[in-house]
Amino acid sequence: MSAFTAVYWKEVRENLRDRRTLINALITGPLLGPVMFIMLMNVMVNRELAKTDRPLVVPIVGADLAPNLVAALKSAGIDATAPLSDPENAVREQRTDIVVRISPSYPTAWKNGQPVQVELIYDSSRRDASTPVMRVRSVVEGYGKREGAMRLIARGLSPTTAWPVQVADRDQATSQSRSALMFSFLPYFFVLTVFLGGMYLAIDLTAGERERQSLEPLFVNPVARWKILAGKLGAICSFSVVSLLLSVAAFATAPWFIPTEKLGIALDLGWRFGSQVVLLMLPLILLLAALQSLVSAFAKSYREAQTYLSILMIIPVLPSALLSVIPVRAEPWMYAVPLLGQNLGIVQLLRGDGMPAWQMGLCLAGGFVTAALAVWGTAQLYRSDRLAISG
Amino acid sequence: MIEVKDLHKAFGDVRAVNGVSFTARDGEITGLLGPNGAGKTTTLRMLYTLMTPDSGQVLVDGIDASTDPLAVRRQLGVLPDARGLYKRLTAVENIDYFGRLHGMPAALLAQRREALIDALEMRDIAARRTEGFSQGQRVKTAIARALVHDPRNVLLDEPTNGLDVMATRAMRRFMRQLRDEGRCVLFSSHIMQEVAALCDRIVVIAHGRVVADESPDALLAQTGETSLEDAFVKIIGTDEGLAA
Repeated sequence: MSAFTAVYWKEVRENLRDRRTLINALITGPLLGPVMFIMLMNVMVNRELAKTDRPLVVPIVGADLAPNLVAALKSAGIDATAPLSDPENAVREQRTDIVVRISPSYPTAWKNGQPVQVELIYDSSRRDASTPVMRVRSVVEGYGKREGAMRLIARGLSPTTAWPVQVADRDQATSQSRSALMFSFLPYFFVLTVFLGGMYLAIDLTAGERERQSLEPLFVNPVARWKILAGKLGAICSFSVVSLLLSVAAFATAPWFIPTEKLGIALDLGWRFGSQVVLLMLPLILLLAALQSLVSAFAKSYREAQTYLSILMIIPVLPSALLSVIPVRAEPWMYAVPLLGQNLGIVQLLRGDGMPAWQMGLCLAGGFVTAALAVWGTAQLYRSDRLAISG
Repeated sequence: MIEVKDLHKAFGDVRAVNGVSFTARDGEITGLLGPNGAGKTTTLRMLYTLMTPDSGQVLVDGIDASTDPLAVRRQLGVLPDARGLYKRLTAVENIDYFGRLHGMPAALLAQRREALIDALEMRDIAARRTEGFSQGQRVKTAIARALVHDPRNVLLDEPTNGLDVMATRAMRRFMRQLRDEGRCVLFSSHIMQEVAALCDRIVVIAHGRVVADESPDALLAQTGETSLEDAFVKIIGTDEGLAA
């Protein structure tokens, strides 16, 4: 039996007996993402759906001045309620989403065919209020347009005279790409899964061995240290691969739990998507295993390594966070940057665009080159005298 | 046989080992005696190639440690200062792991392992996980692990550290058995009685240097003392860091 397999199987067997490692690799890591994802999506979807269908009750100041407008609102499912004494404060204090104020001059102006003001009082920084505001605005504007057209016709003019330019929407979003917008944080969950799946193993195999002082006897064996490292990295990678596979499988079931059809979006997280995600993530698995070992090797104890690694965990968030704040156009070089490439690729797969071979190639090549560098760096650290000595 | 020639090792300004030379022969027990901090562990670490000496040479069965460290490690069975067992593995699994790292075939490994388990009288703990082992049980497991590949040369760093009287006596018996099998046994200790009871040859280290390298009788003759304890104190110049 070669040294590699000896180290590999010993680490796998030993860590299968550790409950903390198992829980992280098999439960927390792979299931945290899908469960959070499904819960968030359901909360979001249900809130949005509830808002568009529900009859809206809006305080209207001066409702009796414009019975025709109030009737139009009512026919669109927007009921008038008693006016509030201080509409601006009521909105600011979130007692209501929107208040409609009809100018006292409304009846005379309407009779004389003059323009008249209807104020919508709302707070645009409150995102949950945007749906009611949009509904009220579109009803008021639609009513105004309809009445304007009637007036033109009464004067013997074509209603189109007033609107020389017509806007026609031609939205190119497919139902799948619309869903990609909502799911742009999905890549981070996959990275997090790989990270958590291997983390406790990486700590145990380096900082843990140092703390338990078992690294010194281990290095006394007639085996080159890089072979020992290779066996350990192999064990870490195996655990994170299992985590990733579980996670992909869990995500594949997500469409059953999310009312996608109500949103008019398509969500394809089937085996085709899953297998491409796994392929894309392969270099990251090795890269993260090496980085985690490298960082753990600097730590003297298990706890110290845990602290360092939770800082390291922030790094994979950056591309996802940046891409959601600053939407950048994907340049070819970006695919070769580990994490960023995976992020772009997975979002692309979600949109149903697929990934051309050259993008996939760049992604894998860039990732594996970086991973090789990280492995090399860790191997260098393993060669130092200092590493083995615990005291 | 282990030959050490003029070893030097410094950590920053501290010269931990400052010109150590000695020879440990086959079929003899050689004791490395010195107060705490004299440089015993560092010397042993350079012997089993965990550390690289700043200068000097280590030969194990004629193989130079600086040119072929893997071959040197193959000739050595080492019980380091850090015992470091894997607590989620059983004693047997701990032993087998090191046997496999030595590339031993399964049948030979099983045979050697069983022989060591009997010789070290650890049959009752063999199938237990090492978590919660007593100090003595830990040392037994660590020694079985270190000797599973049947090495010609055995290095033991403070082998009786933390053991009770019974376990210490068993350990001494085992070390004599290793010598009688013709092996080269080198162990370090800061306990004078132990060295006196076991050694065919005593190498006394103080402040990173060898201050004496004699048989126990020659040591007495050299110092003109009647007890070894007095002889050591006279050689080292102080009794600080030594235990009777």
